[in-house]
Amino acid sequence: MTGIEGQDLLPRPRISPDNAPFWEGCREGRLMLPTCTGCGRAHLPPGPVCPFCLSSALDWREAKGTGTISTWTVVHKVWFPIFADRVPYNVIQVQLDEGPRLTARLVESDAPPKVGQRVSVLFEQLDAELAMPAFRPLAG
Amino acid sequence: MSQIRPVVAGVGTTSYGRLPEMDAYDLGMAALTEALEDCGLGFDALDAVVINRIPDYQRFCEIAGIDPQYVTITPGHGRFAAICIEHAVTLLRSGRYNTVALVYGNNGRSAGDAYGGADDSYGSGGGGLWFPYGMTSPGAFHALMMRRHMELYGTTPEQLAQVPITFRDHASLNPQAVMRDRIDLETYLSARMICEPLRLFDYCLINDGGVALVLTTEERGRDLARPPVHVRGAALQTAFKGSMFPPDDFWAAPLASVAERSLGEAGLSREDMSALMIYDNFAPTVLFSLEGLGYCGRGESGPYVAEGHLALGGRHPTNTSGGHLSESYMQGWALNVEAVRQLRGECGARQVEGAANVHYAAAAPVCSSIIYSTEAS
Repeated sequence: MTGIEGQDLLPRPRISPDNAPFWEGCREGRLMLPTCTGCGRAHLPPGPVCPFCLSSALDWREAKGTGTISTWTVVHKVWFPIFADRVPYNVIQVQLDEGPRLTARLVESDAPPKVGQRVSVLFEQLDAELAMPAFRPLAG
Repeated sequence: MSQIRPVVAGVGTTSYGRLPEMDAYDLGMAALTEALEDCGLGFDALDAVVINRIPDYQRFCEIAGIDPQYVTITPGHGRFAAICIEHAVTLLRSGRYNTVALVYGNNGRSAGDAYGGADDSYGSGGGGLWFPYGMTSPGAFHALMMRRHMELYGTTPEQLAQVPITFRDHASLNPQAVMRDRIDLETYLSARMICEPLRLFDYCLINDGGVALVLTTEERGRDLARPPVHVRGAALQTAFKGSMFPPDDFWAAPLASVAERSLGEAGLSREDMSALMIYDNFAPTVLFSLEGLGYCGRGESGPYVAEGHLALGGRHPTNTSGGHLSESYMQGWALNVEAVRQLRGECGARQVEGAANVHYAAAAPVCSSIIYSTEAS
């Protein structure tokens, strides 16, 4: 990814016209997904047509923000200098109830993640411009 | 289908390790020189050249002093070993080219390649969106896959450990292997975690080295210095959709497709295979490959490897050279050479007696399967 000037900075995603509504949604505390108005299915990554029915009638819609952990890892190796004092840290993969998957972090949990665990989204403000989805265990 | 039968006529490899005095051109050139000497052909016999990972095809051919009719160059991704071999097969079967060289040179160790962090572009680079959460590296990608396999099927670290332990046993019999000291379960389990559940010995060994293969037609191969090894079946299948995430099926569908097509083309079954060469960038890909290719049932690869089927003397000796985990990470290329050397009976202490058919396969966003045989179909 681009945008890494100093070694001590957070590596940043490349925000493009295609995916900008996703990141704007994160800043507003809303999980936005490109959704087909024809077949009704949501998809990621954003693209010019629905990957399921090839319709170009797409709209950004707010997701429920709930999903299921499909897998996870705990990273021990320091790949980015800024993570040197954060290892080991978890990375989870969440299958959203609308279908698409996200990579994120599990927070507010004392136990390790578990495949099949239900989670709900919150948003972490990582710096002045960047907010990203994280997940917490779903109550109940 | 064309009646032309492609064969491997010559193979060449450099030593593997830290070779800072050689760049990727030098490594590829040394390997190609050995491959041509192996089959008794000169550089001028090559009418097609396929370059992999070496930076520039023009420079390489200029140094070699050759003007082949056809040339192309491919990215330095491990999945491209099989793509290049499939390409050579297609060129030969077309009848337009007679002798094809495949040349690979990798100076990744001296160049400091690490496959993670800011320069990570594993696959399409689409996963870069997740860098702010520290998600990077193909190792973490495969760790995600392995964790899911463990929780779905109950696969254990002790079962996974049998892959690197067995391959290290094989490497101890291979003078060319970089890591030859045997490891036991305790050593495996006490090694440091990299990305849970993957530990140090689940990772391949980045090294410098070069590999080359010379392919020609059966008709021409018959008259050359070494016994020709038939490329009796080959197939590729991509799995790009949604590939910034690990596939939920552990690539079972594309692996099943390439296995059926390549075995069908060869007219052989799994039971006919004397040995397997399975792309082992990380230990888990061996488990996923065994299941997807049909050597064991879905979800059963953990108990299967624990039963010892991958060891020399087992049902299907696998990665007899030590593979990427212990010989050297030559991105599939050296495993294809090992297949050829097994079929020629050149493997010394690690030779599979009477080897007749060897199956190479890779589980990745481009899945591949190649069947090598001593006999034509």
